[in-house]
Amino acid sequence: MPDGPGLELIRGEIEQDHPGAVLDTSFDREQAALVVDPAQIIAVLRWLRDAPGQGYGFLSSLHAADYLPAEPRFGIHYELLNRDRIERVRVKAMLANPAEGLPEIDSCVELFPTAEFQEREVYDFFGIVFRGHPDMTRILLPDDYVGWPQRRDFPIGGEPVTFTYNERNYG
Amino acid sequence: MAELATAGGNLDTEVMTINIGPHHPATHGVLRLVVDLEGEIVRDLRPVIGYVHTGIEKSCEDKSYWKVIPFVERMDYVSYFFQMEAFCGAVERLVGLEIPPRAKYLRMIFLELNRIHSHLVWLGTTALDLGAVSMLWYCFRERDRILDLFEMATGQRMHTRYFQVGGVIEDIPRGFEAKLRQFVADMPVRVGQYQDLLDRNEVFLSRTKNTGIVSRERLLELGVTGPLLRAAGEPWDLRKAFDYLAYPEMDFKVPVGTVGDNYDRYRVRVAEMIESVRIIEQALDGLPEGPFIADDRKYVLPPRSELSTSMESLIHHFKLVTEGYRVEAGEVYYAIESPRGELGCFVLADGSAKPARVHIRDASFVNLQAFKDMSVDSYVADMICSLGMLDPILGGVDR
Amino acid sequence: MRDRQLRARDMLRGDLEGDELERYVEEKVVTTTFEKLLNWGRANSCFPLTFGLACCAIEAPIALVGSPRYDLARFGAEALRASPRQADLIILSGRVSIKMAPVVRRLYDQMLEPKWAISMGACSSSGGMFANYAVVQGADKFMPIDLHIPGCPPRPEAVLYGFNKLQHKIMGNPDQGWRQRYDASGSEEWARGGPRSEPSPEAAAAYEEARGLIRA
Repeated sequence: MPDGPGLELIRGEIEQDHPGAVLDTSFDREQAALVVDPAQIIAVLRWLRDAPGQGYGFLSSLHAADYLPAEPRFGIHYELLNRDRIERVRVKAMLANPAEGLPEIDSCVELFPTAEFQEREVYDFFGIVFRGHPDMTRILLPDDYVGWPQRRDFPIGGEPVTFTYNERNYG
Repeated sequence: MAELATAGGNLDTEVMTINIGPHHPATHGVLRLVVDLEGEIVRDLRPVIGYVHTGIEKSCEDKSYWKVIPFVERMDYVSYFFQMEAFCGAVERLVGLEIPPRAKYLRMIFLELNRIHSHLVWLGTTALDLGAVSMLWYCFRERDRILDLFEMATGQRMHTRYFQVGGVIEDIPRGFEAKLRQFVADMPVRVGQYQDLLDRNEVFLSRTKNTGIVSRERLLELGVTGPLLRAAGEPWDLRKAFDYLAYPEMDFKVPVGTVGDNYDRYRVRVAEMIESVRIIEQALDGLPEGPFIADDRKYVLPPRSELSTSMESLIHHFKLVTEGYRVEAGEVYYAIESPRGELGCFVLADGSAKPARVHIRDASFVNLQAFKDMSVDSYVADMICSLGMLDPILGGVDR
Repeated sequence: MRDRQLRARDMLRGDLEGDELERYVEEKVVTTTFEKLLNWGRANSCFPLTFGLACCAIEAPIALVGSPRYDLARFGAEALRASPRQADLIILSGRVSIKMAPVVRRLYDQMLEPKWAISMGACSSSGGMFANYAVVQGADKFMPIDLHIPGCPPRPEAVLYGFNKLQHKIMGNPDQGWRQRYDASGSEEWARGGPRSEPSPEAAAAYEEARGLIRA
């Protein structure tokens, strides 16, 4: 991973080209993360991939997490990997749930074609719409499913296990 | 007869959309493919997945950390040790726990055994799809020997729950090492037999050579890793790239292909089986003595013999079993090399005893995106062959 | 020995009468009812459907039928059939998710009677360890199941034991019409309108046209 100082250098260089993009950095448990403004996510990802000396050309994973009750609640994580220097960096975009409709962010499928299925999975589980994705439909759940299961306020489902002894004797 | 010929001349061809449904003898698991066919040539392909979606990631949020381990290992149900390692490794990094060297070696032995197991299942079922039916029996004969070893050490054939945060749950029994050494001595001979059956078989060669070729750059764009990427010529293996467990101390080669067709994928996986055997041999030779699980009682159960003498151990045991340990807030992404590629685990901890988000970046899920590139503009039969060589496991794809 | 030969000679000559004849027939001929014979045949030559959902599929059918150690062929069930129309037995090996449940039901409906269903493993029997939104909590919520095999995954020997129990069930049950067993009439699936219906007018016209092409 780029270490603490290296991470600050990256932040400084991004600030020169795209001011205001990087909101925060964190270097925790030897993993480097950049918190980025969701409106400029494509520019930052493109910079990390194409800028000379950076070369994070492999998107290992694109996933989301729900940080409820913290606000903004959705965090979309892009795990980037530089295969030449064997370094990983995480880019996080924090989105809030709008009062109406679904949270939206730009899709990075042109930059990283591997994101196609993974963005569909994030939409399927969290309801986050990726603008510009060729096929923004549910991928793992049935097409007519209602609800965004992986959100923290969605119940886990299933049914309670009932035992004959209890039902018979205690009603 | 002449009338039939002219009837054929006015044939009006169209692109037919057919459904190779979730229940099909050649899809490895419940994969549904909606294929646009022009004659026998595939023009477009859309995989529809989700037929074995189990909501494992959601279930994990409801369980304490050690209860997540059996859930996570049922995702990619052929390489269960790898998922355990991905999750346990991620939690160990979150917590900052260092595992003892004996545990590292033991984990490595089981991981490589599981890699051989996964490749055997792949080889048996793929050869079955291609018509080489007897390979299924030979591969599963070896697979039963591996499962015997697993049962000897852990008590279960599959889904063993053997890795725990901090090490492994139990030491290997007496006699395990002897049996494993015998298996390791026999395995290269068996792999030689498989190669004798298939390597120069005319039918197998004509079906797999020059079919399903995708370029290396396209595979990297699609995020494909593992034997598929290595067969296309890119020597990328997470065991060599990132130092985890005791792989830096092992001496093994990474087989790399040249053309990137189905035949290369087959050769790469068979060669990987031999390399795994070598790793197990070296690990057995160098197996250090010592504890098999870390000592930190806040995260690891104390040994049962202490429970009757030490009050503290009893309290630790009670706390760990009822509530579980709390992990401070933080997030970690940890990736290992599974038989299908990069298997990553993302754990988000929020300070309580249950993880707030567990996400597994499964190799088959991302590799499936390359399937369209492999099959378009080639025959349906080549598509079936490519599907076998792609080695998707739908439990991992659907989670 | 001499005695038997003498009796056989008498039988052939038509000299055995009464009690002797009855004893002779009892020793030589096995009497049975037709249903028992039919059930014995059905139990010992079951055609399972090649159907695997998840982890249990690796243990069976692959490890059961495709493995030299646990061999289902010795019980007559070696011929796996890919088409549900030709299969007798569906082994639900693995968790049934909500997306797969209608597919499984459709497969079960396409099978011809007599048919049986084994729910193998904890996940298809009762949802298993997955008590969540995505797994059907037991396949008998939407289809009749004849046998449940516990385990996660069950050992192949356990599945063989379960299969033996199913064979006993088939052999011992003279009436195995499952629609009577589960009171499920009205769930038949017919092509077109029923067993003796006429083809639809479009189908009949297309057929005539095709015949005309060949004839002309």
